[in-house]
Amino acid sequence: MELIFEKSRPGLHAFSLPPSDVPEYNGDQLIPRHLRRSRPAGLPQVSETEAVRHYTALSSRNHGVDSGFYPLGSCTMKYNPKINEDIAAMPGFSAVHPLLPAAAVQGCLAVMYELDQALCRITGMAQFTLQPAAGAHGELTGLMIIRAWHQQQNETTRDEILIPDSAHGTNPASAALAGFKVVEIPSDADGCVDLQALRRSLGPKTAGIMLTNPNTLGLFDRQICAIADAVHQAGGLLYYDGANANAILGQVRPGDMGFDIVHLNLHKTFSTPHGGGGPGAGPVGVTEALAPFLPGPLAVRQSDGTYDWETVHHPLSIGRMKAFHGHFAVLVRALAYIWTLGDEGLREVSETAVLNANYVQASLRETYDLPFNRLCMHECVLSARQLREQTGISALDVAKRLLDDGFHPPTIYFPLIVKEALMIEPTETENKAGLDAFILAMRQIAAEAAHSPETVRQAPQKTPVSRLDETAAARHPILRWKPPAEADQ
Amino acid sequence: MNRYIPMTDDDRRAMLDTIGVPSLEALFADIPDSLCLRGPAGLAPPLSELALRRRMRELASRNADTDRYACFLGAGCYDHEIPAIVSHLTGRQEFYTAYTPYQPEISQGLLQAIFEYQTMICELTGMEAANASMYDGATAAAEAILLACQATRRRRVLVSDGLHPHTLAVLRTYQQTGHFDLEIISLSRGRTDADVLQTKLDPQVAAVLIQNPNFFGVLEEMPSLTAQAHHVGAYLVAVVNPISLALLEAPGRYGADLVVGDGQVLGNAMNFGGPSLGFFAAGSKDLRRLPGRLIGQTQDRQGRRGFVMTMQTREQHIRRDRATSNICSNQALNALAAAIYMTTVGQEGLCEIARQSVSKAHYLHDRLIATGRFSSLYDAPFFSEFAVRCEDSPVELNRRLLQHQIIGGLALSDVLPEMENDWLLAATEKSSRSDMDQLVERAVL
Amino acid sequence: MHGPEFLKYTKNHEWVDLDGTKARIGITDHAQEALGDIVFVELPEMDSELQAEDVLGVVESVKSASDIYVPLSGTVIAVNQEVSDEPELINQDAYEAWLVELEISDPDEVSGLMDLDAYEAWCAEEN
Repeated sequence: MELIFEKSRPGLHAFSLPPSDVPEYNGDQLIPRHLRRSRPAGLPQVSETEAVRHYTALSSRNHGVDSGFYPLGSCTMKYNPKINEDIAAMPGFSAVHPLLPAAAVQGCLAVMYELDQALCRITGMAQFTLQPAAGAHGELTGLMIIRAWHQQQNETTRDEILIPDSAHGTNPASAALAGFKVVEIPSDADGCVDLQALRRSLGPKTAGIMLTNPNTLGLFDRQICAIADAVHQAGGLLYYDGANANAILGQVRPGDMGFDIVHLNLHKTFSTPHGGGGPGAGPVGVTEALAPFLPGPLAVRQSDGTYDWETVHHPLSIGRMKAFHGHFAVLVRALAYIWTLGDEGLREVSETAVLNANYVQASLRETYDLPFNRLCMHECVLSARQLREQTGISALDVAKRLLDDGFHPPTIYFPLIVKEALMIEPTETENKAGLDAFILAMRQIAAEAAHSPETVRQAPQKTPVSRLDETAAARHPILRWKPPAEADQ
Repeated sequence: MNRYIPMTDDDRRAMLDTIGVPSLEALFADIPDSLCLRGPAGLAPPLSELALRRRMRELASRNADTDRYACFLGAGCYDHEIPAIVSHLTGRQEFYTAYTPYQPEISQGLLQAIFEYQTMICELTGMEAANASMYDGATAAAEAILLACQATRRRRVLVSDGLHPHTLAVLRTYQQTGHFDLEIISLSRGRTDADVLQTKLDPQVAAVLIQNPNFFGVLEEMPSLTAQAHHVGAYLVAVVNPISLALLEAPGRYGADLVVGDGQVLGNAMNFGGPSLGFFAAGSKDLRRLPGRLIGQTQDRQGRRGFVMTMQTREQHIRRDRATSNICSNQALNALAAAIYMTTVGQEGLCEIARQSVSKAHYLHDRLIATGRFSSLYDAPFFSEFAVRCEDSPVELNRRLLQHQIIGGLALSDVLPEMENDWLLAATEKSSRSDMDQLVERAVL
Repeated sequence: MHGPEFLKYTKNHEWVDLDGTKARIGITDHAQEALGDIVFVELPEMDSELQAEDVLGVVESVKSASDIYVPLSGTVIAVNQEVSDEPELINQDAYEAWLVELEISDPDEVSGLMDLDAYEAWCAEEN
């Protein structure tokens, strides 16, 4: 398909402005000549119809949750309610400036305050900051709170963060960015934290541990209380990566498990759309003791029922993580979701998410390997290891073949500790018929791998493009379009 | 069951049978009994769609939105007109309900759109490469510092006091990670003091950060500041407003090494401050050091052009604790909005928007000064935003204006307590002459 | 996966071609096979002084990045620019595509390297 630049023709435009109603100030007087642009930016020039057709054509080359099943493990691709889009688009939320006086934004402050309160109840934490832009940004926030806490305790030598080998890549990346050394903890035969190895790694340098529970294998770590005790006794703090919180809504709270800091991915658990990779939101909740360290300002409710920014900011605060107040338009959608579901509805979410994942696991365990043979939570991790040994068909091939059946494939090759991993997270918004169709497709692909592996290897055939040459893309990167004349140079 | 769950009792029973457990509770057997929640967590009772809409509309009505108010408040977030097609196109579910394009064959739409976005950012900034987006302008500036420190193997960073106070605050937070040391370069008459900069520059300096137009709307002498930084081998990081680049020299042309900024003005609603997007552009020497996702062009098996996420070995999911950044989710939908916006307004439209914003800001400035009740804070060329000193308290002025459906400028004391009588006003192409006349009239009452 | 007899090998799957106090270093065929299509190689600067077991550089495929460790202490006296420009050369012939040449500073360290038989046994054990 043509790029928008290739459709561009001089003289066309898709935009109209009223003529200026003030005297035209001469650019020469206003902007000194040596600071003025010497060459126009090569933006596209198209009419409005062409612009609309271009992006509509592009959208038809994209698969969304509304298009069909999207069981991408660790990503919680649930349905994004339409009403929440309408609410976020209300001018009273979308056309509001962030630096207005508090009296002029009582509604926005109420949204933030109410969301903070709701998230505290859901997680068992004392207070949340809504500033972090995404999960990884929440991790960085939490780790900086851990660092500031130890400094305040005069424990300046605590510079190690323990992270299980099954963790999301953001965990070690965030820990390194926050200035910590990463100590990897192996998983045991059960797929969970190896408690003996953990105990050996704990010591006077331990600042804390980052855990996902259920972990990235979709397994709930039954030893969580022992882990929390051991880390706390060693003087460390526990950080909860909330990427998998969809499994525990209304069942168990991170605060009760012993976690000191929690981030939630509103774009996973709380149904806000992923937007093709963002924006997300990664609010961070902490215990009472850590609340003074949160980034501010925080929205508070006054005794007279009005809302304000807290007037004095705490001297222990780590400071701002982001300009303004976080991803407000994401926050308002999440609050709308929580208000729609309430306690009972959120509990139904986790029950059904876990039911669906176990149903897929039970239905496919004969066809694919099940590395950890136990009930899973909101997602299951299968493996194509034997399939690959027997037929040469890899997890990647299975994923590509699914595309031709109209399914978004599961996450593949993660977690890293499972070879040929297929990580399937159906979410609660999928019905049984949809799951059955996916299960059937997965079985048919396994059968096809045995009798006509070439069909699988050639997949996908029905998509706008076939498999793309990622090697060439990385060897000789082309990251922008250039006009033919320039590109030749 | 709530309406988002498509499951009947029969479905559930059949599924539990397949799994081989007697009940839903049995699926949660791994959670220790002592931890299980016994009752509700205390959330409000569920709302119907109608009740929810009413409640939210009531909250929304308690905000001063720019549908109802004229807005002269800027300070890093601007009330530009957003063409109708932007929300219609970003609102297509194929875009907004999709995840990160891990499967390129069914994500060509978003991948190509972001490739086009990267190209447009390169065109605006005059740089060779741009990433697929960062969280916002402030965090993009922090990432630029990390890149510059890595590339130069130095750790001193000189930052102009003309950066947005929130950006400075974010940089101070990131400084606590121990990866770099910040020093502030003061302003002189509203501009980065080149003499102070000169005294602080030495071969330990990794980067110099200058915002242009700066927080007070003033135009900085970017070419000479860049030359100063380069003289000691430091990176010049330009923090810019993309709309200003329609008229101001592309940073790549005066030699900036990295160009970052906030892209809210490119077709993204103010949204009470977020989400917007941060853009990040670099020269080809730093390709492999870029943070975040990059979309690259390639071919499929039939030789057709296609796009993929590329050079992923820089990123956290592969490099883990040695990644160039921890960023995972970015601002893809906001970057898409920016691309659609730039496509819509086009080359000439962006210039017209910038010209009108500049003209209107100067009109408002001159009208205020003519009243004799305000004085220019700085005698320096400015773009579409300017600071004045007031006889009255700007907080008071704003309160009065709000009663007349006018959102005044920023009382600078809100962010910089020492600037008690100073007022920062911004104009955009939306600012009408009658609203500006009203503002002036009400401000001198 | 057989390598030439005259080379020395390491447990990290590098090969060493010794010529007096000069040593050329590359990665083995087994290593390139495991990595898949190599898309990028990061090599040290000329005149870098390295200690044995320091990170010499990074070899990247599309979905992985592997450190290369220097098996011998020494100073970098040559860097193979061709491999930098065309990393696919490593996939084509891993024993031709040397990465760097060192002037080694501690000849005693050579005794820690493996011959072909020992390396093949090591690979078998690792599998």
